[in-house]
Amino acid sequence: MGSRASTLLREEEIEEIKKETGFSHSQITRLYSRFTSLDKGENGTLSREDFQRIPELAINPLGDRIINAFFPEGEDQVNFRGFMRTLAHFRPIEDNEKNKDPTASEPLNSRTNKLLFAFRLYDLDRDDKISRDELLQVLRMMVGVNISDEQLGSIADRTIQEADQNGDNSISFNEFIKVLEKVDVEQKMSIRFLH
Amino acid sequence: MGLFFDPFDNLLCILLGISFTVWFTLLLVFIIVPAIFGVSFGIRRLYMKSLLKIFEWATLRIERGIRRSGSNRDLDSASEFEMSDIFYFARRGVESIMDDEVTKRFSAEELESWNLLTRSNYNFHYISLRLTVLWGLGVLIRYGFLLPLRYLHYLQNQSSILLFYPPACRMKNFLSEKVHLMCYRICVRALTAIITYHDRENKPKNGGICVANHTSPIDVIILASDGCYAMVGQIHGGLMGVIQRSMVKACPHIWFERSEVKDRHLVAKRLSDHVEDKSKLPILIFPEGTCINNTSVMMFKKGSFEIGSTVYPVAIKYDPRFGDAFWNSSKFGMVNYLLRMMSSWAIVCSVWYLPPMCREEGEDAVQFANRVKAAIARQGGLVDLLWDGGLKRGKVKDTFKEEQQKLYSKMLVGTQEDRSRS
Repeated sequence: MGSRASTLLREEEIEEIKKETGFSHSQITRLYSRFTSLDKGENGTLSREDFQRIPELAINPLGDRIINAFFPEGEDQVNFRGFMRTLAHFRPIEDNEKNKDPTASEPLNSRTNKLLFAFRLYDLDRDDKISRDELLQVLRMMVGVNISDEQLGSIADRTIQEADQNGDNSISFNEFIKVLEKVDVEQKMSIRFLH
Repeated sequence: MGLFFDPFDNLLCILLGISFTVWFTLLLVFIIVPAIFGVSFGIRRLYMKSLLKIFEWATLRIERGIRRSGSNRDLDSASEFEMSDIFYFARRGVESIMDDEVTKRFSAEELESWNLLTRSNYNFHYISLRLTVLWGLGVLIRYGFLLPLRYLHYLQNQSSILLFYPPACRMKNFLSEKVHLMCYRICVRALTAIITYHDRENKPKNGGICVANHTSPIDVIILASDGCYAMVGQIHGGLMGVIQRSMVKACPHIWFERSEVKDRHLVAKRLSDHVEDKSKLPILIFPEGTCINNTSVMMFKKGSFEIGSTVYPVAIKYDPRFGDAFWNSSKFGMVNYLLRMMSSWAIVCSVWYLPPMCREEGEDAVQFANRVKAAIARQGGLVDLLWDGGLKRGKVKDTFKEEQQKLYSKMLVGTQEDRSRS
């Protein structure tokens, strides 16, 4: 059946998602109804077109990169679990989580994972390095036609120069973390919920 | 065997006869006579008050489990190019994925209290026996009693249109107006629509254009039961087409072929011709161009504001507690929609007639349209959005994205200049 009320989330699934992402019960149900309202085909998965239908996302200069972050390598559909896993990166870090058991696997919304999400937005070919070309392409997406190639090139060069430490003219994930160590990532990459 | 059935047959006939008579009398007294004279017994309002009491009780039962907390959103402002600038765009993007202002206008409004219709409660699941029983009772009443009642009224309406079809004579205009009003009032009662009109002294006059926010085809019935208008719209096929063609016979409406709609000059010319003729009825236009879910008013298309006659804005606000009037045309066809309308509790709405507005000196059509839209949104308590209602079906224009890019570049270029100076 395809009607909204009938494809309800089962309690076990909600529990699993809670454990994996850390969202609360009410947040999960709310996001589930958002997921189903975006899912126009009513087949339990979202495609890229479903995301592009959101006007505020379509006008975001990095909209395509963000949409891409939801889809694993080579896939065209994302189910609710994948949707939640990606959204979990933006969950605020609560104080009581900071003193968690260090042997447990890192939560999806840890500082490192938030930075990894941002890194992947730059890393177009997913080779774990941000090359000068990739940086230029992303910059071009952000500024459109309003800045010349030379200016953009010099911005990219400056950025790589400041970040690159091992001289390979590209930014690895560790170098990325180092550059942003003073930035309040927890606050800038977190979204507070209304519920 | 035959002996057994005869007395029952007789009894059956008598019962049928009595019930028909009673029903017909009730119908006459409570529906047709008030419709002709435009008065009301106040029965529907009593019904409305009792429904509200029941809904409050149901809501309290649900609210016991729900925890509410406040929210605050932090807004970011990047000031220099850094690798972290991407955080701003990423966060905005994901925020809009979680919830955005536009897509939710094209689906039915989510209610805070539950009005015992499963269609408006998306997380419907079993909460308590009492609530389920009440819901079951509601289903029985709505589908078993209200729906057939309303459908019969509607049939009555059809037959009265046929009966009272005005012949061509001097009294034609006067008669057809009266007949129209009567028919629309019967329709209104068929839907159990409880309408409150405010500020009737501002009602649209001949030679003007009446502009209103659009939620469903029922808007037309609601406005037309209080005054006569000339309609504007595309010629449809099917049920709507038949209705359109029959309406044209009684008074002049403006219907377009789909191909003509694209030719805006032709459309504007026909509208202004109609408007200049002071004996013709005021034109009713819905400038949003599509149905919106009555929580907001979206961009008004400027075509009707270029004509230069007086604009009479009207704000229509439905009370969502009694039934959702929004027509989601991508989900339901017309017949399905009417079925849902007729099986809701009631359609309660308020209509405000706002004072007439004219285009001022130095104001272009777009600014005038926005001014009217703001007035309607303010009166109806709706959110005034700049987004185009056409986004329901079409993609957003690239110009908006380019604006965002321009803003960001300005920030960057500004800092670059500072750098070169220092």
